[in-house]
Amino acid sequence: MRFKSSILAATAFATGISASMAEDTVKVGVLHSLSGTMAISETSLRDVLLYTFDEINAAGGVLGKKIEPIVVDGASDWPLFAEKAEELLVKEKTAVTFGCWTSVSRKSVLPVYEKHNGLLFYPVQYEGEEQSKNIFYTAEAVGQQAIPAVDYLLEEGMKKFYLIGTDYVYPQTTNLVLFEYLLSKGIPVENIGGGLRKDAAGKVISAGNYTPFGHSDFQQIVADIKKFSASGDACVVNTINGDANVPFFKEFAASGLTSEDCPVVSFSISEDEFRALPAKDLVGHLGCWTYFMSIDSPANKKFKDGFQAWLKKTTVAGVVKENRVTCSPMVLSYNGVYLWKAAVEKAGSFDVEKVTAALQGGISFEGPGGTVTSQKNHHVTKSVFIGETLETGQFDIIESFKDVYGEPFLKGTFKK
Amino acid sequence: MIAALKPFEAKSERITFLSMLAVLVVMLLLNTMVGEGSALHLPAYTLGNWGKYLCYAVLAMSLNMLWGYTGLLCLGQCLFFALGGYAFGMHLMLMTVDYGKVPEFMQFMGYHELPGYWYPFYNPFVAILAVMLVPGLVAFIFGFLAFRSRIKGVYFSILTQALTYAAAILFFRNETGFGGNNGFTNFKYLFGGDLRTIDATRWLFAASGILLLLVYWIIAWLLTTKFGKVQLAIRDSENRIRFSGYSTTHFKLFVFVLSAIVAGLAGALYVPQAGILNPSLMEPKIGLDIVVWVAVGGRGTKLGPIIGAVLVSALKSYTTSAYPDYWLIILGGLFVFVVLFMPDGIVGLTKKTWAKYRKKEVPA
Repeated sequence: MRFKSSILAATAFATGISASMAEDTVKVGVLHSLSGTMAISETSLRDVLLYTFDEINAAGGVLGKKIEPIVVDGASDWPLFAEKAEELLVKEKTAVTFGCWTSVSRKSVLPVYEKHNGLLFYPVQYEGEEQSKNIFYTAEAVGQQAIPAVDYLLEEGMKKFYLIGTDYVYPQTTNLVLFEYLLSKGIPVENIGGGLRKDAAGKVISAGNYTPFGHSDFQQIVADIKKFSASGDACVVNTINGDANVPFFKEFAASGLTSEDCPVVSFSISEDEFRALPAKDLVGHLGCWTYFMSIDSPANKKFKDGFQAWLKKTTVAGVVKENRVTCSPMVLSYNGVYLWKAAVEKAGSFDVEKVTAALQGGISFEGPGGTVTSQKNHHVTKSVFIGETLETGQFDIIESFKDVYGEPFLKGTFKK
Repeated sequence: MIAALKPFEAKSERITFLSMLAVLVVMLLLNTMVGEGSALHLPAYTLGNWGKYLCYAVLAMSLNMLWGYTGLLCLGQCLFFALGGYAFGMHLMLMTVDYGKVPEFMQFMGYHELPGYWYPFYNPFVAILAVMLVPGLVAFIFGFLAFRSRIKGVYFSILTQALTYAAAILFFRNETGFGGNNGFTNFKYLFGGDLRTIDATRWLFAASGILLLLVYWIIAWLLTTKFGKVQLAIRDSENRIRFSGYSTTHFKLFVFVLSAIVAGLAGALYVPQAGILNPSLMEPKIGLDIVVWVAVGGRGTKLGPIIGAVLVSALKSYTTSAYPDYWLIILGGLFVFVVLFMPDGIVGLTKKTWAKYRKKEVPA
């Protein structure tokens, strides 16, 4: 065949394929960082989303249409997130996007989704204080993670709380809410550690001890915690993000503190993070999420087995196949896809307005972490679990709270 | 018109300048005059991306003024870009809420009243002035200290990198009051117009294009002056020019401040187009990105930085969608290739090839 005619044939073939695909597929965007600092966390969400799409497609798709994922790389580059979001909405015309991890990436794409009236499912614990009509937050709100964790610690007889975190909006907001909550529970100000910052009028605008991203010197802070916890009824509420947890827990253990003397409850360390963290330094400390891999339920077993089976046979480039675990952000991504599917089927349409209306009406899905139900305020009711870290990097579930309502606006709601 | 083309002595230079103008005008026309159904139509989304590339190109040109023409490798050019962005971003953030109200990101941090130094930024022209003054002032202070102490070469480069890194850490802190890691986002209005419309995309693209042509013209003009000759002489042999009686400190300081102002202006135009501004723009790796753009395009050439910045950015946009798992390898491979085989970048290679072709042609 001549070069020119072979090109023609190839083009005809390609257009034939895309035309036939266009008929019975629906495009769905996946917007996560596959490179850069956030890749270690976000790549897992890409993997679980692709698995979920395959599972749904094998069962007949959504409204008879197969899901066609459009995967793009946000590259931990926030302006690029906005650019990619627009590309997914305008160029690819995706019906829905599953994506984002950091608050700044969500803040970056929010105006884009509002401008083009798109729909984004956001799956990672966050600070709240936001409710866009174009975003659905399957994520844990502060009331579904930090508050139940503190409730548990209060039950256990803790009297003193040390707040520590990385200096960005999630820890700052969470700790400010916790500060108000602890006061409302009768904990005196001097029993809340980490320091307070007040504005000119004397109102507290920041509570807790903050370090920059990637901070490595925790000597001073741990010494401070040791002094604070000498009374034996203190605990640490930890919102440190990412790899800064390694030096923190190393220093904590080196100073002779144990989970018996002073338990640390962390909100940013899930099973998946233990791929990069030394689990042995964290044994006995607590975690709080709306899903743990160790949950013993048929739905979770099906999810875990399905994911492992998918990992074995997938040919997608860049998927790590060994030693994979499941964690809360992954399950919240998974839940998000099924909630969207159910909403589309209820609405009988992929139209954003109709799907959103269906979601607001309340849709339930039996997920790996128990039943989740979408709410009118674009958040999700779900169960919350407290787990104790084991040497294997898994959590032993020691407490659970059933059907906790997702409320994003908590600041200023707890009064003494 | 002819007078305006005076800095471009050679005919080919005049053609280059006018064709850049033509390309920008045609792009704008393909978006506005050609209907959406047509194959020639340029979507607003693409035009918006190109507006950003043009800002990157201006940023690369500002570095080229320093590195290409004065021999100063500044690794902190992104700092001036970001400072210009922040100065203009302050105005944009004030436009998201009613007069005297506190923008959302500040409410997050518990502010109930607008700090006094924000008030002048209600005036967009004050903001534009600050866009030039703030980076200019930072460059002046840093440059004064560095050049007076005769800090040169790699030491100067490292110091500029340290400067931008320090600034990034400062801006990442929530206490600094510029939104910390979340930065500025969700811009709404500028000069009374809604930034979320296609018209805004077009205006910003046009403004970026005009800035690019203006900066291109200024650089070309400077090179024709005596000042430009001294600039090149500093690059080629600073000691010699100092022995000839020129105070190289003053010359270098002037170029450094000018390039910071140009970078600041580019940053100001970039922010409303990118839709988000956070301190990661000040991170040392961004400063290195700019160096790569200039190197890929061709250091010390007028057109090189523009080609490099646009090409690399457009390639990044394309590959992060088309090859999300391999784009780093593709771009990294390109950079290695350029360093190994194209020491003078794309423009240098083109010139060399052209010269060879001409030589062959002559005897025939």
